[in-house]
Amino acid sequence: MSEAIRKIPEDLWSGREELEVLTFDIAGEMFALEAVKVQEILDLLPETTVPGAKRFVGSVINFRGKVIPLADIRLAFGMEATKTTIDSRIIVIELEIEEEPTLVGIRTDKVNEVTTLMKAAGEPPPSVGMRWRPDFIDCLVRRDGEFIIIPNLHTIFSAQHERSHQLTQA
Amino acid sequence: MSFPDPIAVFRTEAAELLEQIEAGLLDLNHDLADKEQVDAVFRGLHTLKGSGAMFGFEALAAFTHHCETAFDQVRKGIVPATHDLVTAVLNATDHMRALIETPDGDHGAMSETLLGRLRTAVAAAGLPEAPAPAAAAPATAQDAPVAASGLTTYRIHFSLPVNAMANGTNPVGLLNELRDLGACTIRADRSRVPALDDLVATDLHVCWDIELATEAPRSAIEDVFIFVMDEMELSVEPVGAPEDARAAPAAAAPQAPAREEAIMPAPVASAPPVAATAAPRAAPAPLPEARQAKSAENVRVPAERLDELMDRVGELVIAQSRLSQLANASADLQLRAVSEDVERLSGELRDTMMVLRMVPVAQLFSRFRRLVHDLAIETGKKIELITEGETTEVDKSVVERLADPLVHLVRNSCDHGLETPEERLAQGKPAAGRIFLSARQQAGEVIITIKDDGRGISRDHVRAKAESSGLIAPNAALSDQELLQLIFQPGFSTAQQVTNLSGRGVGMDVVKRTIDALRGTINVVSHTGEGSEISLAIPLTLAIIDGLLVRVGSGRYVIPLSAVEECLELSIEEDMRSRGRSFISLRDSLVPFIRLRDLFMTGTKPDPFQKVVVISTGAERVGLVVDQIIGDHQTVIKGMSKLHHDVATFSGATILGDGGVALILDVGHLVTAGQQQEAQLRAAG
Repeated sequence: MSEAIRKIPEDLWSGREELEVLTFDIAGEMFALEAVKVQEILDLLPETTVPGAKRFVGSVINFRGKVIPLADIRLAFGMEATKTTIDSRIIVIELEIEEEPTLVGIRTDKVNEVTTLMKAAGEPPPSVGMRWRPDFIDCLVRRDGEFIIIPNLHTIFSAQHERSHQLTQA
Repeated sequence: MSFPDPIAVFRTEAAELLEQIEAGLLDLNHDLADKEQVDAVFRGLHTLKGSGAMFGFEALAAFTHHCETAFDQVRKGIVPATHDLVTAVLNATDHMRALIETPDGDHGAMSETLLGRLRTAVAAAGLPEAPAPAAAAPATAQDAPVAASGLTTYRIHFSLPVNAMANGTNPVGLLNELRDLGACTIRADRSRVPALDDLVATDLHVCWDIELATEAPRSAIEDVFIFVMDEMELSVEPVGAPEDARAAPAAAAPQAPAREEAIMPAPVASAPPVAATAAPRAAPAPLPEARQAKSAENVRVPAERLDELMDRVGELVIAQSRLSQLANASADLQLRAVSEDVERLSGELRDTMMVLRMVPVAQLFSRFRRLVHDLAIETGKKIELITEGETTEVDKSVVERLADPLVHLVRNSCDHGLETPEERLAQGKPAAGRIFLSARQQAGEVIITIKDDGRGISRDHVRAKAESSGLIAPNAALSDQELLQLIFQPGFSTAQQVTNLSGRGVGMDVVKRTIDALRGTINVVSHTGEGSEISLAIPLTLAIIDGLLVRVGSGRYVIPLSAVEECLELSIEEDMRSRGRSFISLRDSLVPFIRLRDLFMTGTKPDPFQKVVVISTGAERVGLVVDQIIGDHQTVIKGMSKLHHDVATFSGATILGDGGVALILDVGHLVTAGQQQEAQLRAAG
């Protein structure tokens, strides 16, 4: 198991040496998502709380006439909620959830830039010494003495989804 | 945007043609002398053959050709229309569908069988003792005496629409067909041809005057033009007796000045001898108009484009309401005026959009004529189908999903509901059973009713069957409606024998499930010996509902208006009194209620005057306590993502005028929750 986790997933780089990403901050950490997966960056919008939904996707927003869930991946990483600032943005991405392409908004504290990350600078997540579930992270990329986290949204969302299933069945 | 696959377009068109052909055949079966339907069927078959060959459906074209030939003979009065012939062609249409569906399949044997039947039918119809020639021949009758005496000379004038050649009509072909009928003198009338500068090469501006001496009847001349008749001008006038001397001078005077005035002068000149022909010409005249109106009726648009358009309109409405908020906050009068215009326009656009998705249920009903016709043959019963309210409009997606349940209900009525003619006569009913299929709109719902005048549902059978299959406990106390609703339970069938048509116990529960999925309800009324009536109440649309917008805490929610019974204020005493138990008394009955603010854990202070919205599904009622009732809201339903599928309280979401999102309450779920709460309290109390 740990061997599998320690390898950088091949499908992320899929043979490429570099990856174009969008970097953003959440609770003081820098994250990155592959730029082609990002649909749009939005200013904060009025949110509608969905009573009874899990906190991870506790609200929905109106994205160009569609009602899409707004996810807070802080909760997956056990981070404290931060106050919204003038820099807060929502990144809209498309994810496969139960084989259905679904648009999801992700809350961020700040969106930085589109940049290129080198595979050579990448490291698999360490199996010890991290407070987060290692399978929630695809890869850590070192840049300017800092680490940029590339989260594995697929695992994060399916884990939350499963948990909610267990909760509703319980 | 991609161009549609031409084969797919052909298939859709062929399906429509077959529907028209079928409708024509069924009408013809009622009135065999209906010349109009004979022509309609013939035209349909001809077009199907032609376009089939064009798109490479050779087997279809070859097969259809035989049917067309048969109908051509009927049309020409050579063979009268008979029930056998109509049935043979009707069966053939099914085969044509198969040929369109799987053009490469092995259909040879089936084709032969059907064509054999068709030939037999034609041969039988052609027997001399058949009474039909009288019926089929009226059009040719008056030509007969003339034709009998030899050659008749006709003066024909025709002009085609300007775009005729672009549409594939070849006037030379028409002229050649006329030449085949007899000796012709053809003159082209070029008076309408514009100057060279204005001439578009593909347009047709030439008309023709023809003098034709022929033995063929007048109808043969009209037949030459049968496929272009809708849009053309045609006059056919006999010129006196055979060998009339006038034929020569007319031919000799091609430069007669009157010629330029097109048709009118000539008929006037020869009017006295042809008074008799005025009547038959008048008769076909209204037809082309009707056909023209029909052809202008439809534009085919893929449904997903409509959905896209709907989304855009939704966005526009939301953008517009932002604009009007800005405008209202500003002192700029011009901006306000523009904003008001945009508001009105986008409102109208939304209304138009909703109407676009509506289609008449006639589409749905038309297929039942065929079904009932087939069922009557299969069961040996006499069945009449009476339809009503075909113009009632329903959202397209609803119509599509209603088809299967209705087929099942109609089959059930024919098979189980109606008695055999003997049984009916013995009970003093007319031998032919009747099935009524009707649709009407009532508030936000369309009610579709399937009614028969058969034996009715036997309560004893239903009860016995339900008890034996363990659906209910023996001697369980059930209301009449509850008992009748048992027929929609899975695995239930009252038929003593399993038949080809129905009675396998699958189906009725599928009907129920489909109607539930459409947020509809089923009501059954049945009187022993008098028949049954099943009504389906379906919301008009799946995309848009009328909702009641309410506020709970800081959140706004939509309650489907169709479920709302009444709204009232929760008086302070009642509010206090009901702290422990959650009931209010409503006109002497206790209604459980749910405080939505507790359910949603709003954590805000309740408004001083709480309101109760009483909702119901069928007979069960529940009150929902809310902070504020905002008002009516035209709700465009948006689905929730899979991430929220665990939240059963909401069936969807909608976007409000200010761009915010409101969640739509799932009434069925809330009522069940309320009833459970009531049951628990009763058990505890």
